[in-house]
Amino acid sequence: MNRKLLIWTLGSMLAAGSARAQPKLNVITTTEDLAAIAREVGGDRVTVESIARGYQDPHFVEAKPSFILKLQKADLLIVVGRELEIGWLPPLVQQSRNGKIQPNAEGYLDASLGAQILEIPTGTITRAMGDVHPLGNPHYWMDPENGKRIAKEIADAFDRQRPGNKAFFDQRLSDFTTRLDAAEKKWLALMAPYKGTKVVTYHRSFPNFAERFGLEIVGYVEPRPGIPPTPQHTLDLITEMKRQNVKVMLIEPYFDLKTPTAIGRETGARVLVMPPSVGGVKETSDYFALFDYNINLLVDALKK
Amino acid sequence: MSHRFRYAAFVLVVLSAAKASAQAAPQPPDAQALRSAIDDLKKDFEARLSALEMRLAAIEGGQQPPPAQPLPPPPAPIQPPAAADLSAPPPQASAAGGGSKVFNPDMAVIGDFLGTAGRVHTDPANNITPNPAFEMHESEASFQAVVDPYARADFFISFGEEGVNLEEGFVTLTSLPGGLLTKVGKMRAAFGKVNSLHNHVLPWADRPLVINNLVGGEDGIDDAGVSVAKLIPNPWLFLEATGQVFRGDSGSPESPLYQTSQRGQLSYVAHVRGYQDISESTNLDVGASWSRGYNATGLQQNIDDFTTRLIGFDATLRWKPLRRSIYHSFVGRSEVIWSSREQPNGLQSGMGYYVSGDYQFARRWFGGIRFDGSDRAYDSTLHDSGGSAILTYWPSEFSQVRGQYRRTAYAIGPAANEFLFQFQFSIGAHGAHPF
Repeated sequence: MNRKLLIWTLGSMLAAGSARAQPKLNVITTTEDLAAIAREVGGDRVTVESIARGYQDPHFVEAKPSFILKLQKADLLIVVGRELEIGWLPPLVQQSRNGKIQPNAEGYLDASLGAQILEIPTGTITRAMGDVHPLGNPHYWMDPENGKRIAKEIADAFDRQRPGNKAFFDQRLSDFTTRLDAAEKKWLALMAPYKGTKVVTYHRSFPNFAERFGLEIVGYVEPRPGIPPTPQHTLDLITEMKRQNVKVMLIEPYFDLKTPTAIGRETGARVLVMPPSVGGVKETSDYFALFDYNINLLVDALKK
Repeated sequence: MSHRFRYAAFVLVVLSAAKASAQAAPQPPDAQALRSAIDDLKKDFEARLSALEMRLAAIEGGQQPPPAQPLPPPPAPIQPPAAADLSAPPPQASAAGGGSKVFNPDMAVIGDFLGTAGRVHTDPANNITPNPAFEMHESEASFQAVVDPYARADFFISFGEEGVNLEEGFVTLTSLPGGLLTKVGKMRAAFGKVNSLHNHVLPWADRPLVINNLVGGEDGIDDAGVSVAKLIPNPWLFLEATGQVFRGDSGSPESPLYQTSQRGQLSYVAHVRGYQDISESTNLDVGASWSRGYNATGLQQNIDDFTTRLIGFDATLRWKPLRRSIYHSFVGRSEVIWSSREQPNGLQSGMGYYVSGDYQFARRWFGGIRFDGSDRAYDSTLHDSGGSAILTYWPSEFSQVRGQYRRTAYAIGPAANEFLFQFQFSIGAHGAHPF
């Protein structure tokens, strides 16, 4: 009897051991948005860390050696792609000594592959147009529909890395998608009365958000992507905003508010500091909170 | 083919609509949800269909769809609004285009124009070649790409107004076992900080006196050989040890450093780098370097085994508040280098240093200051010292205008007051920002 118990105990310990044999998948993402979605899909079977913080400009991240240490141990690197990280990620990946996460290797995931990408330039492009992204606008996560697509890509990558946990990841993906569907319905309903509202943004960070929630972006504080405001452009923008009666400006938290505030004073438009990323302000702690916060911010401003 | 797809789509949509209306009648509250579900389904189907049609059109046109640019919308009767924006996967290599062009390396050219005003006392004993009034100082062409799943290659070819120099050309093995990062080729050695940096990423228009006097001038330790770097695991900080072996020829004509006269006279560089984040915005980077090679001072007397040894320490303090990272930053840096050189007239032991600080006070503006001093390698009784004030403006990420006032008290003759004007501009692939 005792022996049977012993065998049973040992057996169950072994079984538990083999189920736990695979260590947690170590995931590094370039931005907090991807980290938030990866956490939704991966649950407690992955560890996720982001290189950039949500309140910093994702185009200009410093390639600190401490990031090399994180990448060295990563099983999976998830990037925004579309050349968003071109100024800082390549040297980090090269020095990571990690063959798994080199571009196009098994542990390298470009999250933009399944997403709907806007503003893909056509015809000849030159840098006279500013710091254009030749592969399209990389701020595509600002649309919950793309959030679902990113989650799908991530779940597929998790499945490939940990086939034993496929059912778990797929279940979490479907749960995330369901919750996001419900939330999106709510957000769309909240924004429905303000469809067609004209706005101005600082950088081209919000085209996907604007398209999903029915905003019309009529101008930018930057004269061209990556080029800081010039007096002439600011004057032109003020004239245009007055002509089109633009009453709201959306400014990313990492841009200086001086020029936007001055434009707001001239035109009577409200300046909203709108985080384009999870972690951009402390209230936007996950992917749902990012939209909750931004939609509430907009609705509150537009109600008045 | 595409007709069949369209027909299938039509049938599916009609069927599902019929099914929906059949269900909708007895359960009116669900009708809205169903309708929107069908709409979603329809949109999804239409999007897929249109993507397929785009692909088909491209194949029929006998060309690969250019991945970076969307194709013109096909003449389809059902044109979903999102179809034109449907993304094609980004190209797998650096450039878009047909055939083998896809594998072309990332290419860029960085121009470095230098103007100098002011007088330098040109005593021949001073061994100084003053800059000309205007000079297209360097045009650096870079070619970078992945070689195969195990390696990438980087070439930097620098064109002077006359003559070409392979500044660097090496292969990096990215995934060797044991965490070794190995480079093979010609490269700037990992001696200190400034020696490993290209001209266009320096915070000054020139190189400090200590580099010119003791570490081979503008070219520095830049030689053909093998470099191996390993991270040293520890719980406290980033620690990297680098060992390099070179042929043994380094330095520039005005500032010779190593010269080999036998195949066995190699030069060596060892470097240890420690890095720690002090806070989110502040970090400290320190290094210790050692190098040894043979010099040419005894060759006239048929002595070919005189050596030069260098020891250096470097420290860099960086501050960049993440929330305003594009507007404000500070980099403080210093290097101290000792040289001991065997010469026919005995051992010359010299020392030199620089200390510099650069503050970014607006998105495009940087102000900097530098103090430097150094003995001369060949005669350590001669000591030069200087100071510079630098103002840098970035019209965009791809060009840079810099003015530098430089006062140098050379060991011989009166002090030189010079104004340097530098204009740098870059075309081609977007390079990584230096750290």
